Amino acid sequence: MIFRLVLENVRHRPVRTMLSVLLIAVPVTLILALIGLSNGFLEDSRKRSAGVGADILFKAPGGSLMTFSTGALPQKIVDVLMTEPHVVQATGTLVQPIGGFDSINGIDIEAFGKMSGGFVYAEGHGFQTPDDVLVDTWYAQQRKVHAGGKINLLNRDWNVAGIVEPGKLAHLFAPLSSMQDILGSTGKVSQVFLKLDDPKNADKVAAALKVKYADYGIWSISEMQALISVDSIPLLKNFINVILGIGVIIGFAVVSLSMYMAVLQRTREIGILKSMGATKSFIMSMIMAEAFCLGFGGTVAGILFSYASRTAMHAIAPASLPQAIVYAWWPIAGAVAMGAALLGAVYPGMMAVRQDPIEALAHE
Amino acid sequence: MSKAGTNQRGEMPDPIIKVRDLWKVYQSGRVSVQALRGVNLDVPLGEFLSIVGPSGSGKSTLFHIVGGMTPPTSGEVWVGGRNLSDVGDGGRTELRRTTVGFVFQKFNLLPNLTARDNIRTALHISGQPTSVFSKDFLDILDLLGIAGRLDHKPSEMSGGEQQRVAIARALATRPAILLADEPTGNLDSANSLAVLKLMRDLNERLGQTILMITHNDEAAQYGHRIVHMRDGVIVESSLTAGH
Ligand SMILES: Nc1ncnc2c1ncn2[C@@H]1O[C@H](COP(=O)(O)OP(=O)(O)OP(=O)(O)O)[C@@H](O)[C@H]1O
Ligand SMILES: [Mg+2]
Repeated sequence: MIFRLVLENVRHRPVRTMLSVLLIAVPVTLILALIGLSNGFLEDSRKRSAGVGADILFKAPGGSLMTFSTGALPQKIVDVLMTEPHVVQATGTLVQPIGGFDSINGIDIEAFGKMSGGFVYAEGHGFQTPDDVLVDTWYAQQRKVHAGGKINLLNRDWNVAGIVEPGKLAHLFAPLSSMQDILGSTGKVSQVFLKLDDPKNADKVAAALKVKYADYGIWSISEMQALISVDSIPLLKNFINVILGIGVIIGFAVVSLSMYMAVLQRTREIGILKSMGATKSFIMSMIMAEAFCLGFGGTVAGILFSYASRTAMHAIAPASLPQAIVYAWWPIAGAVAMGAALLGAVYPGMMAVRQDPIEALAHE
Repeated sequence: MSKAGTNQRGEMPDPIIKVRDLWKVYQSGRVSVQALRGVNLDVPLGEFLSIVGPSGSGKSTLFHIVGGMTPPTSGEVWVGGRNLSDVGDGGRTELRRTTVGFVFQKFNLLPNLTARDNIRTALHISGQPTSVFSKDFLDILDLLGIAGRLDHKPSEMSGGEQQRVAIARALATRPAILLADEPTGNLDSANSLAVLKLMRDLNERLGQTILMITHNDEAAQYGHRIVHMRDGVIVESSLTAGH
């Protein structure tokens, strides 16, 4: 019966209900979009790094996994590493960030192709001139380019030689030598990928390399996959916490205000319920149940909006920021919204509970 | 109540309401209003009592105290065996839930709920089953003539119908006492007459104890007895014709 009472109250003020639900949905959407974007980005990074086909990643001393120091290794080291036990292939790439979450990778297309199993061309072909670039289908869609088209990157016009299926290291590739020229990093690479005779040896070989090249950044691919997480993106965790905090504040404020108004508007009805012998806990649970409905509605709306934001992100920037739908965060975002809503209803609920029945009934 | 129920020696059983030297003082800022100034009243079980008196004489205040809406300032008030001077907020809430039913001039139905759900809310609050109405209560609904209007909301009903639903809601939990504060005050004469007759029927057929405040002398005649109030005290009590 309490439920019916609450339902009718919620239905009877559709504008207030809709507004509250929409406002509560905002932080829920924010949380889910942010989590979705970071997870999407990380998942994409993981797939692309696995797509290289390497077993070990080798970086200059002090290099971290998710940051790049352009041209920090001498290219000669590729040949040196080739001589290490179990290593059967090695290839260096030169990475240059181009803003946002994208970067352009200078590759030795032959060696890279051999390690990764080769590009699959949706359009066009491999590098033929130093000005050729390859882009993956995501990036081509985002920038609306086709094979044979031109694209301006790093203040230079490039020919789009081919469009390749995504999932191998990066979205954008240029010949290694061209990149070295442009960046003034002749004979340098940012990182070296090693392929072993057997992937099972990865941890053993990585450990041995770590001893030999003490200060260098060395990861087996499985280590690397594990490291590509929320923790590896600087400040992301803090940012998520801030958004969660904002969610709590918005949910709390919206429901406080909304239920405060509701209690004022329903003073007389509260008086009626009290005249029938409604207890304090009855009145309180009625207010709380209504806040719960608003919080729940806001959660559901926020989840729906996160699908909308994914569609929007996909239309705006399909390559750089794929937004995942992370089910595991639904209950968390929901708990934040509903917790805040219930908290916000405490004061209005107390107001209703304390209402004098006679005065309440005299209320117009 | 020690001597409740039948009494072989023909004495009056203990009254369901017993009021002794009841005072109620409202303090609003520096001004204190003596709404009741020493009321004494006994209402036996099954009586239909009319209360009349000029505006501001304390009639509603008396109801509010007897009905557990506000505590007395001093004096003794026994309702259904409970001493209301001794109970707190929780005790008064329980009195409202179990022992009295209110009917108001302004009907006071919950506007968003149908008549049925208004009644079910009262049953729910008093902890009684809400899915089916008892045989007794169905008879009351028949008597009130609203069985066919139960799925309408207050806004879809006439004043007379709303007031009959309000009476049904007040009686749904079968309280010992029905307190009706100017129940015909917002009704035209035809509907007033219908409501008054219904209250008399409820009193006669079910033995329902009813206290009714009214400004209308004719309406007052429906009771067994009329109590006159003035300036916070009862100044006169007289039986109506035939009682
Ligand atoms: N909550 C209150 N605070 C202050 N004074 C009050 C309060 N309630 C009632 N009074 C005063 O107590 C006195 C009695 O009021 P009450 O409502 O009992 O009169 P009444 O006989 O029911 O009048 P009416 O016929 O107009 O309904 C009045 O002077 C009124 O102003
Ligand atoms: Mg009055």
